[in-house]
Amino acid sequence: MTGPATIFDRPNRYIGTAEPRADAARLLQGRGRFVDDIQLPRMVHAAFLRSPHAHARIVSLDVAAARAMPGVAAVWTGAEMAAHVTPWVGVLTHLAGLRSPPQPALAVDVVRWQGEPVAMVVAATRAEAEDAVERIEADYDPLPAAVRMEEALSPDAPVIHPEFGSNLAWERRVETGDMAAAMAQPGVTVVERTFRFGRHTGVTLEPRATVMDYDPAEDRLTMHYSGQAPHMMQVVLSRHLGLPEENIRVISNDVGGSFGIKIHTYGDEIAVGAAARLLRRPVKFVADRMESFMTDIHARDHVVTGRIGVHADGRIAGLEIDDLTGIGPFSMYPRTSAIECNQVLNLTGAPYRMEAYRARGRVVFQNKNMMCQYRAVGHPIAMAVADGLLDEAGRALGMDPVVIRQRNLIADDAYPTTSASGMKLDDLSHQKTLAKLVEVMGYEALRADQAAARARGVHRGIGILSMVEVTNPSPMFYGIGGAPIASQDGATVRLDAGGALHISSSVTEQGQGTNAILAQIAAGVFGVDIGRVKVTTGDTATVPYGGGTWASRGAGIGGEAMLLAAHALKEQVLEVAGVMLQAGVESLDIRAGKIVDEATGAERMGLADLARTVYYRGNELPADLKPELVATRHYRVSDMPFVFTNGAMGAYVEVDTDTGFTKVLGFWAVEDCGRVINPMLVDEQVRGGVVQGIGGALYEECLYDDQGQLLNTTMADYLVPMAAEMPDIVVAHVETPTKTSILGAKGAGEAGTGGAPGAILNAVNDALAPLGASVWQMPITPERVLRALGVVAD
Amino acid sequence: MKAAEFGYLRPGRMEEALQALAAGEGAAMPLAGGQSLMPMMNFRVAMPETLVDLAALAELRGIHDAGERVVIGAMTRWSELMASGLIAAEVPLLARALPEIAHPAIRNRGTIGGSVALADPAAEVPAVLLALAGVVVLRSLAGERRVAAGDFFLGHYETARAADELIVALEVPKARGLRHGFHEIGRRHGDFALAGAALAVAVEGARVMEARIALFGVADRALRATGAEAALRGAVLGDGTALDRAVAALAEIDFAGDIHASAPMRRHLAGVALRRAWAEGVA
Ligand SMILES: Cc1cc2nc3c(=O)[nH]c(=O)nc-3n(C[C@H](O)[C@H](O)[C@H](O)COP(=O)(O)OP(=O)(O)OC[C@H]3O[C@@H](n4cnc5c(N)ncnc54)[C@H](O)[C@@H]3O)c2cc1C
Repeated sequence: MTGPATIFDRPNRYIGTAEPRADAARLLQGRGRFVDDIQLPRMVHAAFLRSPHAHARIVSLDVAAARAMPGVAAVWTGAEMAAHVTPWVGVLTHLAGLRSPPQPALAVDVVRWQGEPVAMVVAATRAEAEDAVERIEADYDPLPAAVRMEEALSPDAPVIHPEFGSNLAWERRVETGDMAAAMAQPGVTVVERTFRFGRHTGVTLEPRATVMDYDPAEDRLTMHYSGQAPHMMQVVLSRHLGLPEENIRVISNDVGGSFGIKIHTYGDEIAVGAAARLLRRPVKFVADRMESFMTDIHARDHVVTGRIGVHADGRIAGLEIDDLTGIGPFSMYPRTSAIECNQVLNLTGAPYRMEAYRARGRVVFQNKNMMCQYRAVGHPIAMAVADGLLDEAGRALGMDPVVIRQRNLIADDAYPTTSASGMKLDDLSHQKTLAKLVEVMGYEALRADQAAARARGVHRGIGILSMVEVTNPSPMFYGIGGAPIASQDGATVRLDAGGALHISSSVTEQGQGTNAILAQIAAGVFGVDIGRVKVTTGDTATVPYGGGTWASRGAGIGGEAMLLAAHALKEQVLEVAGVMLQAGVESLDIRAGKIVDEATGAERMGLADLARTVYYRGNELPADLKPELVATRHYRVSDMPFVFTNGAMGAYVEVDTDTGFTKVLGFWAVEDCGRVINPMLVDEQVRGGVVQGIGGALYEECLYDDQGQLLNTTMADYLVPMAAEMPDIVVAHVETPTKTSILGAKGAGEAGTGGAPGAILNAVNDALAPLGASVWQMPITPERVLRALGVVAD
Repeated sequence: MKAAEFGYLRPGRMEEALQALAAGEGAAMPLAGGQSLMPMMNFRVAMPETLVDLAALAELRGIHDAGERVVIGAMTRWSELMASGLIAAEVPLLARALPEIAHPAIRNRGTIGGSVALADPAAEVPAVLLALAGVVVLRSLAGERRVAAGDFFLGHYETARAADELIVALEVPKARGLRHGFHEIGRRHGDFALAGAALAVAVEGARVMEARIALFGVADRALRATGAEAALRGAVLGDGTALDRAVAALAEIDFAGDIHASAPMRRHLAGVALRRAWAEGVA
């Protein structure tokens, strides 16, 4: 018998191949099972009265007329709901000093952002619930609002939580090396820029949606959850509704996109659980698009001042950043809203060597919707700041962007090593990926095209970016801070009597193809046809205990658990086969659903024959052989806090200096996610991520006025990137498997989102540089470009 | 975002539709393609007591050749207009504008009458009608009246249509001998314009005899840029200074600012749109 380490030395039909996803055909035929498809007997529908003010005292709330409306089953004010749901606090102990006050499910006494739920109506239909919401008489006494984060810490800013004395939620500093000495060296050129990153949000195709179904006979609550972390939600519901964890079942069927939006605790959803329990009826809540814009977590919202000092040969002497992050009135529970800033501090400049690094991050409360983790948490900020500064320094030195990166990237043979911010890095390939990027994008030819275009008065620019991505997190991400979030995941593989595999996993599928790669791993490692593998994920009642899918951990952690479980089952099956065939286990293998002779490949026995014997005619087996034909294995990353990946991205843009429009002519991403399990799915993840990154760079922004009113709450006013404007996105790979696992897979889901914004920013500034202009604010809107050019002014 | 309760009628005869509108005393609204009205109802911005669905009124459909004019029934859909050889041949400026309107799915239901009735300041067709001196044909129980496009669009979603009137048709003079230009600046394909210009220009020899310039997406409604028109009247084609003066004359317009573009930005983009429309179809 051989150990699992040799899996990739043997024939394997699936891992590494572009297998089509089994569920794609089902979804395309309209057979998806999303939360809103669920119709339960006696089900009622929830709608919420939401605060029209960014900050106000609730003077009175009269719900009598609403209660009398047709179809209404119940109405709760925030104060009434507070009797059934305990408040939560979005802090974690490893983020020392982070503070956030208790947050109720529905606002009590004071509203702190426009859109905060204030009262809940449950009625026979959503339309009737909305009719009743309109009849609630709410009287507010508006309070001054702290809206702009730059002013949130000023002494005359309204303090949102008076008990804290200021709007500061958290502050962290990082200092490595002697910054003053590094920057003061002779010949060091220093450039400083202030970057602004607007708020945007996930805009999932399926909005947040919940059906809560309470069975009083068993005191059991079932949550149908459109989200990413069923076991985490089980704990959250248990704690705040006061039910034992085991009496809560959380089921995620098909999820129409999540991007980190649906992994948090939303008061409206928890209140739906309380309502189901109180009414003893199933209650459905599906956020409409306006609610999504107002209450799905927003992302980013940073102002970062960055300074870089470079020697004459381009080497970085020092890099210094000061990040301000606006998070809304509370830190989100249970992951907190400080992780984004934390990541910015950890990741800025992480691809590069430098003599000194200094960073300060401050996280502030404001009267806007809450900000929290969204795809590529902190990455686009960290990458755009470091690589934007690096390009600016290159311009000051007259040095090509590729060359200045080559001078500074951590060498491929330098691992393991530590980043300037103290992150443990291993198995990265910055030099290889940059070299491959230069090759696949045809860098020299693009430069020639750029020059030719310039001669015609057409302004094109090339942006290059090198990046790291945090994937496969260990318990150091959340668990150590006290969050009820598993960092390990489990997989179960079961051989059924017919010879098929039933597999289940605690990682989840929200559209990216997790179920498909789990099946590939099980089929490949165990040795059956993939059509005979059935996958179950997303049900706390049936799958192993685990964290779900986030932080690009599904393939790396869930996949490794599946590999281990499939291998364990294979060993078991071969042991049984050895006994039944009177053959040495070493001489046997499982291929394409058959027990075969290892050396010749000749069939010895069908898997179904073996399984039927075990299940139906156990009497034929020796008494001491007690096969189970099922194996479960769990896996966590133990030797690193995170498994970093890296990549290099390039963008080619054309800026129309008359209209300010930026057209992305081409985009190239070279990604090293370790072992590629399914190249098609990895490429689509990278492409989807790049499109989301282009969205953040050019289009998407949640715009607030000075009173804290969100101004764009429709798909007409909030601009998502659409296919017609997107460039061809070329994806290429370098494969440096992580040594932390046998599978060797790192994450790939967030790279595009993390890297594309900085690449676009650099490309736009490359285009504008000969005109003496630059932009440092995302999204890079036409108006911002024309103002930078001085073409438009007030 | 569910509509408030409403009543629904689907009259088979024009008379019934007009009666329903009159009886509604302002609380009855015509329903055409629903592409604007349904979202407005779901947002509860529009809360009609009764919807009068125009779908069964055959006389509101179709595109007819009426000699000097082309008559377009109010319920004619964008996709039908795009497929029309008559429009392509005789109203090329409209044909040029149609692909800029929304997306195919919306064009399969949205109607020209609905767009004109709504009078979105960023919609293309009101500007096209202004440039072509089109006429809006309205009917109520009191009878029919014909209102020039220039008198129809009054302000922000405000028109000369009374609540009991239906738009039954749009009349557009055939574009014999005119040169046309159209340019729209929008963030994404199918978006409403940040600024756009529709031009119909009479040229004799190398001289501009008359230029009708309509802008959209820049102010509270589609409007004629009369100062720019004056600057171009009599100009010699290829004389860039006349175009510069026309662009400068746009300053007279009360440009609107919103989250998509400030007023100075719109002023600038209107000039770009005018130059590009001119370059496309006139110069
Ligand atoms: C995503 C999206 C993008 C769009 N982009 C564009 C665009 O780029 N350019 C553009 O011009 N439009 C755009 N539209 C609007 C679209 O063209 C609409 O179809 C059109 O504006 C309204 O036409 P309708 O037939 O759908 O009218 P409806 O929505 O049915 O009605 C609109 C209004 O007109 C009234 N009305 C309708 N017909 C009549 C009539 N015959 N007499 C009197 N009153 C009437 C209704 O009562 C209502 O108040 C877009 C719409 C969407 C949803």
